[in-house]
Amino acid sequence: MLDLAVAYNRYRFLGDEFLTWLWFLIENDQNAFRTIDSDCTAVEIGSRIVLENRKRKSLERISIRGDDAGLEEGRLALKKGALLTELSLVLKTGEYQWEFSLKGESLNLSSLKTPGPSLPPSPEELELFLLDKTERINKITNFIQIAFKMFVHIRVTSKWPNKIVPNIKKWINSIEV
Amino acid sequence: MGLLSSAISITRYRVDGKIENPVTEAVTKGLKKNTIADIDEDPAEKSVGWTSFDNPFSPNFEGSSFLFGNLFVFSLRIDRKSIPAKLLKKYVTIETSKRLNKTRQRFLSKDEKKAIKDKVITDLAMRVPSTPNVYDLIWNYERSDVFLLSNLRSANEELESLFKRSFNLSLIRIFPYTAADLLSDLSDPERDTLIGLSPTHFSD
Repeated sequence: MLDLAVAYNRYRFLGDEFLTWLWFLIENDQNAFRTIDSDCTAVEIGSRIVLENRKRKSLERISIRGDDAGLEEGRLALKKGALLTELSLVLKTGEYQWEFSLKGESLNLSSLKTPGPSLPPSPEELELFLLDKTERINKITNFIQIAFKMFVHIRVTSKWPNKIVPNIKKWINSIEV
Repeated sequence: MGLLSSAISITRYRVDGKIENPVTEAVTKGLKKNTIADIDEDPAEKSVGWTSFDNPFSPNFEGSSFLFGNLFVFSLRIDRKSIPAKLLKKYVTIETSKRLNKTRQRFLSKDEKKAIKDKVITDLAMRVPSTPNVYDLIWNYERSDVFLLSNLRSANEELESLFKRSFNLSLIRIFPYTAADLLSDLSDPERDTLIGLSPTHFSD
């Protein structure tokens, strides 16, 4: 295995590409998410996306907030060469929804809101509460890991440059300026 | 933002290796050995150690109290003392004046100034209470997974070193490269391709 500090920086682009691919799937292939998690009924973009344009001399960061706001603006930034570096997502199942933000370079999760209570009903029920909460956290970490694994398996094959990238480019360029 | 918060942050880790049997006893031993030390009324400026998830200011690892079902749940605590710069300057000035009067010197040497500053810091550190920061941790031993409920770099770095010291196990942080290399079941040829990848340009 490579030196981890070197690998973190060298391959951070994989995380940014993963987020872009996820966004592409959200808008074009929701069925893909059901192969990742059979309970999943939909994955939606949440209230925040962050993009960075490293093509210019100085790094330009574009942060878009608000419910369902600025997705066109985000795609426009992609068209201009920016990379998606943070994506807020909502995963829905029949009854519940999970909200979280995912950072490309680290795959760290933040602002994760799981369904169910945030406090145990009583001290005696702490163990049950913790096990349940951990299960709900695992739902998201498993989802991300399976989705990332699916992405990596595509990324290391010719399917990525020959099929996926042209489709993502087509999607990005379909935005009307 | 801990496990009992409505919104949480998570850094994922893979545990490299296995702990000696019996596991719970070995974990208890590691936790006890590195329980957070109280530094109030002590000159130390920082203390890092383990504490109980459900009682972070009175750590107690007796009776496997950190075992919940198949999970080890405990917390990393980092206590820090912060001496305000203006307070430090005030006492350094006072002590410098005292020294000059006592020795009838006009100036102090570089070493004397440093000695005064160090003594003032030590004295103030004894009187300033520490500020605790608590970060919850979930360790699923069977899955070799650790979740730290924080994305703060300082907390991550302290955890990695304390975990190694306590349990003689390394934590590997999960980020794009490690997620691909360790958790994606790549074949050797696929792993070789991964190493050689370069960024995709989505814009024309």
